[in-house]
Amino acid sequence: MVEIGHFALVLAFALALVQAVLPFLGAVTANERLMAVAGPVTVTGFALTALSFAALTHAYVVSDFSVANVWENSHSLKPMIYKVSGVWGNHEGSMLLWVLILTFFGALVAAFGRNLPATLRANVLSVQGLIGAAFFLFILVTSNPFARLVPAPIEGRDLNPVLQDVGLAIHPPLLYLGYVGFSVCFSFAVAALIDGRIDAAWARWVRPWTLAAWVFLTGGIAMGSYWAYYELGWGGFWFWDPVENASFMPWLAGTALLHSAIVMEKRSALKIWTLLLAILTFSLSLLGTFLVRSGVLTSVHAFATDPSRGVFILAILTFFIGGSLALFALRSAALTPGGVFHPISREGALVLNNLFLTTATATVFVGTLYPLFIEAFSGDKISVGAPFFDMTFGALMVPLLVMVPFGPLLAWKRADLYAATQRLFVAFGGALLVVLAVLAVVDGASVAAALGIGLAVWLVLGALTDLALRAGIGSVGPGVALRRLAGLPRSTYGTALAHLGLGLTVLGIVGVTSFQGERIVAMRQGDTAEIAGYSLRFEGMRTVKGPNFTEDQGIFALGTTAGRDLGEIVSAKRIYPARQMPTTEAGIRTFGVSQLYVSLGDVTSDGGIVVRIWWKPMVTLIWFGALVMMAGGGVSLLDRRLRVGAPAARKRRDKVAVAGAVS
Amino acid sequence: MRFAILRAFVVAAALALSGAAFAVQPDEVLDDPALEARARALSAELRCMVCQNQSIDDSDASLARDLRILVRERIKAGDSDEQVLAYIVARYGEFVLLKPRFSLRNALLWGTPLVLLVIGGVVLAVSIRRRERPATKRLTAEENAALKKVLDGEG
Repeated sequence: MVEIGHFALVLAFALALVQAVLPFLGAVTANERLMAVAGPVTVTGFALTALSFAALTHAYVVSDFSVANVWENSHSLKPMIYKVSGVWGNHEGSMLLWVLILTFFGALVAAFGRNLPATLRANVLSVQGLIGAAFFLFILVTSNPFARLVPAPIEGRDLNPVLQDVGLAIHPPLLYLGYVGFSVCFSFAVAALIDGRIDAAWARWVRPWTLAAWVFLTGGIAMGSYWAYYELGWGGFWFWDPVENASFMPWLAGTALLHSAIVMEKRSALKIWTLLLAILTFSLSLLGTFLVRSGVLTSVHAFATDPSRGVFILAILTFFIGGSLALFALRSAALTPGGVFHPISREGALVLNNLFLTTATATVFVGTLYPLFIEAFSGDKISVGAPFFDMTFGALMVPLLVMVPFGPLLAWKRADLYAATQRLFVAFGGALLVVLAVLAVVDGASVAAALGIGLAVWLVLGALTDLALRAGIGSVGPGVALRRLAGLPRSTYGTALAHLGLGLTVLGIVGVTSFQGERIVAMRQGDTAEIAGYSLRFEGMRTVKGPNFTEDQGIFALGTTAGRDLGEIVSAKRIYPARQMPTTEAGIRTFGVSQLYVSLGDVTSDGGIVVRIWWKPMVTLIWFGALVMMAGGGVSLLDRRLRVGAPAARKRRDKVAVAGAVS
Repeated sequence: MRFAILRAFVVAAALALSGAAFAVQPDEVLDDPALEARARALSAELRCMVCQNQSIDDSDASLARDLRILVRERIKAGDSDEQVLAYIVARYGEFVLLKPRFSLRNALLWGTPLVLLVIGGVVLAVSIRRRERPATKRLTAEENAALKKVLDGEG
């Protein structure tokens, strides 16, 4: 089974080469038979990659420790869900997942792209094949997951305990679906450059792919953030770690791409810029792969000691980013820029959105790479961490967020800013009231926090205002308004939901960073600690044995300070004997959107234990907002105008029918 | 994934150094809440030198604990925030600062957002203005002649 997987991987590599070369030659020579090779080869390549992935998964499921990768990352006693998710909980396996998703998307394009112009389809699949071939070769040469061990060990070394969590089952696949999803936009962009023209089919295809990839990436980042929050034991949700930044940069660029693709689709303007963004977004995904897989983040020197993987990915990176940008430089002049618009217009607002988002991307990019840059050139070491990003990125986000509610209210081509401002009066008034309420009731000293909350409310109310205006609430009767509301296009709901979700996330971030409460105490049995109107009585410790770990649980009786009993909170520390590694399992209780977070520390010399308790107000909104954003993306994807096929024709027919009925 | 694995190593390294513990311990906390708040804010700006991208406020490493205690000692001794940072940078180098100083060497780092925003803004303003009034090309002499012919009914 293992050798079959290895062999399938080699075959998939060979097919990826075929997929890269033949359809491209076909497109150049206008040979339809060569172009037609692309479809079946792509689908077969996906099937072989899936077979290879299944073989590795099988080795994990049956705990075949003769495979080095399984031995290093698995254990026979590990619960089944972690045996399966452990497949991608390591370098080799995660790269295999990467190419599996890449070939899957390729197969989707092949299957659903029959109505694409033949040369465009051939070129897209060819570029996909080229990306695939590069990564297959990378896996086979430097990161073979199927290498055997002789003699086979009896027991495995177990998966890193921090990774033994449902988070591992969800977070990496979502993140990869996002990263790799942008490869399709990239391939479309490169294919358009090869063709030398951007036609309507291109515009119609890029937006749904961007949306889908964006939805997955949003989910992946949010899931990673929540996972870190509950698993690391101190309740942080974002650390500006280079690894996080590696996933955040494509998200920021992808968000910009999403917005510029709207302009391109609706008004056929910003074509060249959208093309460039599509290239940049996937380039940032590749850069993320390089940063994390090469070890360059730890230190330039760590990279120099074992450079084989890093150099390989750097070569891939240089080839694809350099190649596509060179192609862009050569061919973009030949592309015709589209529609014209006044600066004050929906297009203008989306362009401003792009300006701020790309600047923010560049800020994260420079901040992440600057220490490497300085170390490489002067040998000095500097650090760029959270305080830098909070300051610069925050400063860029505030004006952008203030502008968000205006965008959807502006008309295409030429808009009336004054009228839009008037319409947002209610939203502005609501936000102002909230600011005053926070200042008066919660804390008169933290003006910044109150303004932050106000900004979040502004976003939420602004999104609702858009829906209310379109439905005509207030100007027509409630029945008509309700019917109009139901009849709004799904992409309108998508926009409103995404902006609403953004507001909720901002609310959560501002709420928890401004009003979080913390208690650090050494507690002995029977001691009580109070925080934010709740009291915790330490009831003692007990030891529980899990399948592959033992757990010291601290039991706390939870109540309100007024004396109402709210049951117990269990917070634990685990030891995984296979790796002799401890993890914390924080005790978390949710009240509405806020959480009480209890984490255990060291045993003190007098027999007590250090306990850290946080009151995290509105913290769950951070991730709930991300879910709402994803829902917005999903709803927008379901808009029939976005569905590839012939939705435009159908719509025209409807209009004709209506016109006929009226006359 | 990349995310998770690296994070796991960070945590593992931190844990290996000191067993499962927290960052700030109860015995470190200053009695005066105002001074303690300053200490916490300063700690968030100082890097734990043996960790990957963790501040001393977040780290469990013993070196981070030493630095936290040092920060509190300086604050108790009456140093201003700037003096505490200067004191620590003098001993550990600029590497310890999570927010690099404004200096010529860091000009590119701090300048990028502003410069890009300004350049981008100017480019946009110019291109939108140019696009707003689509350049209607003047007819060439031949075209004018051809047009005249048509208009004169000779075409």
